[in-house]
Amino acid sequence: METIEQIISSHPLFAGIEPAYLHLIGGCARNVHYDPGRYLLQHGAPAGEFFLLRHGRVALELTGPGRGTVTFQTLGPGELLGVSWLIPPYRWTYDAKAIELVRAVSIDAACLREKSEADHHLGYELMKRFMPVLVQRLQAARLQLLDVYGAGR
Amino acid sequence: MDASTIDPMRPRLARVRSRRRDGPQVWTLEIDAGPEARSGFSAGQFNMLSALGVGEVPISFSGDPTEPRRIVHTIRAVGAVSTALAHLGVGATLGIRGPFGVGWPLAEAVGQDVVLVAGGLGLAPLRPAVYHLLAQRSRYGQITLLYGTRSPAEILFRRELNAWRRRADLSVEVTVDHALGAWDGHIGVVTALIERAHLAARHTTALVCGPEIMMRFAAEALAAALIPSESIYLSMERNMQCGVGLCGHCQFGGLLLCRDGPVIRYDRLRETLRVREL
Repeated sequence: METIEQIISSHPLFAGIEPAYLHLIGGCARNVHYDPGRYLLQHGAPAGEFFLLRHGRVALELTGPGRGTVTFQTLGPGELLGVSWLIPPYRWTYDAKAIELVRAVSIDAACLREKSEADHHLGYELMKRFMPVLVQRLQAARLQLLDVYGAGR
Repeated sequence: MDASTIDPMRPRLARVRSRRRDGPQVWTLEIDAGPEARSGFSAGQFNMLSALGVGEVPISFSGDPTEPRRIVHTIRAVGAVSTALAHLGVGATLGIRGPFGVGWPLAEAVGQDVVLVAGGLGLAPLRPAVYHLLAQRSRYGQITLLYGTRSPAEILFRRELNAWRRRADLSVEVTVDHALGAWDGHIGVVTALIERAHLAARHTTALVCGPEIMMRFAAEALAAALIPSESIYLSMERNMQCGVGLCGHCQFGGLLLCRDGPVIRYDRLRETLRVREL
């Protein structure tokens, strides 16, 4: 049976991370699963954890009066769910619903923030791993905003 | 008349044999160009189609190159000419010249994995490449089709995509920008599919077709996945008019896209794509 640290180290977000950091992160982690239709996080709620997705897909949704629920992104195995835990006020800015049975590693945000305050090298390591994901998602949002399929051919 | 003697500048009259709606404002026409028509085309080539009395536009082949007598084009009604063409009924007359241009490098890709990245109507010029790859399946490695479009309602060739998805020897992933309700597929931009595809970078040929801005970002994502720019091909579109590299309307840097393209290797395009004025 795999340990939680082995599971974390096999996730692309933490590929190649130093064992000492892995140990610190593993101390904040637990395995979770969500049945289809259940919400992993909800808009406005405290961002108390983030998820390393291992199995199944998650829909990121926003709901507005008169517009219904719009899914703006889906995430799957090997991807990260949740970055609002990094920045005050630590609240989710969308809903995330399991489309399929989802298995993930949940990492306690307060636990990891506390360890990062105590060890800034860990905090820097985390930032280096989260920033590319943030930049990719910003770029994806720009492309969606540009409606790139609407023109030309 | 010998096909080789046909004047490439003179349209032949042709008729619409059949038409099918393939999406909002998108129609696929099968065209009967008569016994004088040149038979055969390469995946990625285009014809100049004219709506009589309206004008002429370049339209890529979207049919099966292994059926050389069938001329199939998929047209989105966006301007005056394409709207007139898309609305032609069965039996209606149109003008046709071609085929023109350089198609997808399918012979060069033999033995390689092939990833096809399509955006919106860009799936139409890539469909002949899929037909070719499947017809000669054993000559290629892993084949992956990544297709992004605006919404589930705008997915092209839906029945065919579903049939391709059921094949064990072809990986098909479709993503939409946004969806309401029952869609349970991927949501997000097509570049995200590239990141998830785990491509064997050094052994992969990438064929990209869609609106230019989408192709630019797709090529960058493929390059970020370590696919060499010499193995990435884009199908470019500009103001093609003569089709044979004489008039210069489709000049793009040092290239005449109707003659040197429309399919061009990314390393020949990359710097020019950054020039805003072009």
